[in-house]
Amino acid sequence: MTAYFVKRLIIAALTLVLASMVVFAVMEILPGDPARLMLGLNASADQVEQLRNQMGLNAPLVLRYLHWAGGLLSLDFGRSYTYSVPVIDLVRERIAVSLPLALIALALSTIIAIPVGVFSASRQGRAGDTLAMGAAQLGVAVPNFWFALMLIYLFAVWLHLVPAGGFPGWSAGIWTALKSLLLPAVALALPQAAILARVARSALIEVLNEDYIRTARAKGLPYRAVLWRHALRNAMIPVLTILGLQFAFLLAGTIIIENVFYLPGLGRLIFQAITQRDLIVVESIVMLLVAAVILINLIVDFSYAVVDPRLRGRQ
Amino acid sequence: MTMRIDLPEETLAGVLAKAFGNRSFVIGLVITLLVVAVALVSFLWTPSDVTRLVIADKTQSPSHVHWFGTDHFGRDILSMIMVGARNSIAVALVAVGIGMGIGVPLGAFAAARGGMVDEALMRVNDLVFAFPALLSAIMITAIFGPGAVNAIIAIGIFNIPVFARVARAGALAIWPREFILAARAAGKGMTRISIEHILPNIATLLLVQGTIQFALGILAEAGLSYVGLGAQPPMPSWGRMLFDAQTRMVTAPWMAIFPGMAIVITVLGLNLLGDGIADILDPKSRRRR
Amino acid sequence: MSLLEIENLSLAIGGTPILKGVDLAIAPGEVVGLVGESGSGKSMTALTIMRLLPYLARAEGRVAFDGIDILGATEDQMCALRGDDIGMVFQEPMTALNPVKTIGEQVAEGIRWHTRANRAEAEDRARKILDRVGLPEAKFPLSRYPHELSGGQRQRVVIAIACALKPKLLIADEPTTALDVVLQAQILDLLRDLVRENRMGLLLISHDLAVVTEMADRLTILSHGEVTEAGDTARTLSEQQHPYTRELALASMHVPARPKPHLAGSAKPLLEVEGVGRDYPGRRISLFRPAQPISAVDDVSLTIEPAQSVALVGRSGCGKSTLARMILALDKPTTGTIRFRGEAITGKPESALRPARRDMQVVFQDPYGSFDPRQKVEKLVAEPLHLLERQPAKAERREMVAHALHEVGLGPRDMDKYPHEFSGGQRQRLSIARAIITRPKLVVADEPVSALDVSIRAQILDLFAELNQKLGIAYLFITHDLTVARAFADEVLVMHEGKIVERGRAAEVLDHPRSEPAQALVSAMPDLHRAIARRLQEQG
Repeated sequence: MTAYFVKRLIIAALTLVLASMVVFAVMEILPGDPARLMLGLNASADQVEQLRNQMGLNAPLVLRYLHWAGGLLSLDFGRSYTYSVPVIDLVRERIAVSLPLALIALALSTIIAIPVGVFSASRQGRAGDTLAMGAAQLGVAVPNFWFALMLIYLFAVWLHLVPAGGFPGWSAGIWTALKSLLLPAVALALPQAAILARVARSALIEVLNEDYIRTARAKGLPYRAVLWRHALRNAMIPVLTILGLQFAFLLAGTIIIENVFYLPGLGRLIFQAITQRDLIVVESIVMLLVAAVILINLIVDFSYAVVDPRLRGRQ
Repeated sequence: MTMRIDLPEETLAGVLAKAFGNRSFVIGLVITLLVVAVALVSFLWTPSDVTRLVIADKTQSPSHVHWFGTDHFGRDILSMIMVGARNSIAVALVAVGIGMGIGVPLGAFAAARGGMVDEALMRVNDLVFAFPALLSAIMITAIFGPGAVNAIIAIGIFNIPVFARVARAGALAIWPREFILAARAAGKGMTRISIEHILPNIATLLLVQGTIQFALGILAEAGLSYVGLGAQPPMPSWGRMLFDAQTRMVTAPWMAIFPGMAIVITVLGLNLLGDGIADILDPKSRRRR
Repeated sequence: MSLLEIENLSLAIGGTPILKGVDLAIAPGEVVGLVGESGSGKSMTALTIMRLLPYLARAEGRVAFDGIDILGATEDQMCALRGDDIGMVFQEPMTALNPVKTIGEQVAEGIRWHTRANRAEAEDRARKILDRVGLPEAKFPLSRYPHELSGGQRQRVVIAIACALKPKLLIADEPTTALDVVLQAQILDLLRDLVRENRMGLLLISHDLAVVTEMADRLTILSHGEVTEAGDTARTLSEQQHPYTRELALASMHVPARPKPHLAGSAKPLLEVEGVGRDYPGRRISLFRPAQPISAVDDVSLTIEPAQSVALVGRSGCGKSTLARMILALDKPTTGTIRFRGEAITGKPESALRPARRDMQVVFQDPYGSFDPRQKVEKLVAEPLHLLERQPAKAERREMVAHALHEVGLGPRDMDKYPHEFSGGQRQRLSIARAIITRPKLVVADEPVSALDVSIRAQILDLFAELNQKLGIAYLFITHDLTVARAFADEVLVMHEGKIVERGRAAEVLDHPRSEPAQALVSAMPDLHRAIARRLQEQG
């Protein structure tokens, strides 16, 4: 049992290390001298050189990488070139918006998708199934940021039910803050829910054709009981795979959606940092998002083993 | 993950008969051909010139002159959508080509060799998967600056592991088959078997994945253009049009509605086409995305 | 009064008729065999009784179980019957159990559902029935998962599920087809005892006439959805009034004619296997302990002379297929050498193997999996031709393919067809055509007839025998079926747990086995002659 977990853990750690090397390498190739950037155009070559030494920019490549990576481990991302504050402070504020948004969207899409998938699979080929899958087919095709614009148009511009954008901050009260995250979360969640519902349906239909479903029926269990007790758990395996992949899409989606709704999240921060060439901020956010994706994949791998005893091996 | 492949046993005529009886396939094919036709026509003719700015005509609502209205520079939305189709199709198509061209050989090779080679390739795959397409686009843009070509590269890189995985899973399901053993007993080598037996048998799988990635590519390109990392003005692109529309939602909603519909219809068509192909050739195959 | 009465049952699926006017009756405590070749409608009859038919199926006629009209019963009534009064055992034990639930949960589930017992009571009963079917708790606790059990053990769990509530009727649909003969005998014994203990009616469905004869009091023979003959087992089979019955019985006992059996002589051996072993890396239990390698083949030596026919028999998992693959140079031995026509083929690069490959070909078990569905017969059969020194021109190639097809009883027109246009038996002929096109000296056949219906199987065995006579091809037949070995092997090798435990002339080994594994195989082998004789004797 432990062998599987340890192997997954090692793979995740290895991927994280390789990813950090990639990110570091990319930032190394980038043109532009951070010291020059911080000091402005009027600074003398000596001043720049001094700052470079101070920032450790003249150290050998390997040392710089180790220094940077070591910093990451203790959540020390360095100082922002443009704001001159620790990157971690910038990021912490923004994560408080992005992470809840992604999690709410993930929860929302799962809560919608699984029941729809089960409903469709158990009524395969009938009107309800055709309708639900038609809607899902449409949902898959809708870009989330356009869907977001349409939602704004409908709920904010026409019906004045929710704010069209912006974020009052958590200090304004949880409900007020959540209200401004509601539309963005729905915009993110629905297209993902459409994908997930389709996967859940087809996984369930496949499982329902397995021999052991017939064995369970031959025991005298009614169809419904077989569906919930035997089929659903087996169908969870492909659903989990997609759920893991979706988290990566949701994170990326968050970056775009935050721009639609003017939410002060990581997505906004990364675009500001790009235009200001604040590379250390870009680097840190990319690294954070990559780590999040790897972590989620690790959780998915672990939950496979919870669902499927075959992965746990003999005890 | 293991995968079951039911090898289709059909003649061409039978497949065609089934194809045109399949609703998803027919609708998907019609929509896809329509979109491609619109893109091609735009090279020869558009209702008006998209490069000419007529400020006097700005943000006009839809009328018989401008069916879909005009944007803030007075350009005809319909014409821009037609020209934008070129960009969307080209980006998505090349990105799928990159993904298939590199991913399929890698996946097939990994499946054929197994062992450490397989393990190493799959780890590299995991690595690329850890960077969502948008993130790699952001990094690439940060290096080379925004543009359609960089969008293609970003989406293409993300497609490589997708195709590698599908090709590998498909090939792994074929390799233990007895006809492969028979081919090996006939002295055929790994490469030859991969080309003669494995690839033709996973072609359907790849075709289906290809249409899915094509659709996803169109969505991704729109997303990148929307945040300014894709095609640059004055080249019209659907995502960029939506960006321009965003601040004018109250005064000119048509600027957002029609380009969005163009994306939805195109992606819908491709997805239906993919579903249809999967249904026709592999009735039991599981769609993964 | 009968427990189960089927009268004039007709069944159609999506408009295609499957059953036509089937009659069948089972009395309490009676064992009835339902025999037929694949596609005859046996399984559909069973599923009709359970009302577990596919979505588009329409049944007509009368099916009465214990006074209940099955075809007219509500789904709730059926749920009450299934698993309580009627139990069912399926063919494929590997897939019949839910992989994510423990065997305890799966056995107890039906008990709880029908008796409303609490968990502890249900588990207690589950423990008892599992113990009864030969899975005592000490070795097989309720917390085991299906993947931790072998095929035979899983089938015992399926039987435990079916018999947990002592049903009045047990339906067993090919319960032993996926198992080897020794396991088959054990499972059949178990079923026989359970039926006797609880006075259950048993409907035993099988394609194997010998199995049914050993088990059933009465039998019903089904062909293309119609009952061709029904009656007392011993009488039906000894009198063989219906031509189809005779045909089945003959095919089951078929022995191909071999006018000149091979005489072991001084000829130089064609194939020499010396001290060959093959280890596989075992499953790692702990991260810190190296995995124990599993030895699939262990120090095996054997020789085959030109034109000699050798059968390698053994239970499933004994290592015979691994050995075959090493002989075919598709797998590398861990130890030992293999020489073909005096030349070592072990440890050589692929390019040096070409002459050996040319003279050594293969026929596989599955007539459906042996051909690439995307290629035409011409290309498929011609595949080994690329081993020739001189590549034949296109016209010449077609000529050679046509000739090979002719030799296996197919026509030159078949060249332009795809494999799916052929039946199972024809595909096995194609497979043989591909194997003989390079005029090999040795053909390794891995269970070449075990996936075929008896009548087809007799024809294919004849073809093998004929080619042996005509072309002087030596055979290595890998099989778990002793009738195939008896049919035309000159010599029999018995393999057990990776080792060869016995070898000798076919008749000798099969009639007087000396080693324990060989004795187990021989005594477990269903034999139609013997079974009929015993039945007649019992009835006086």
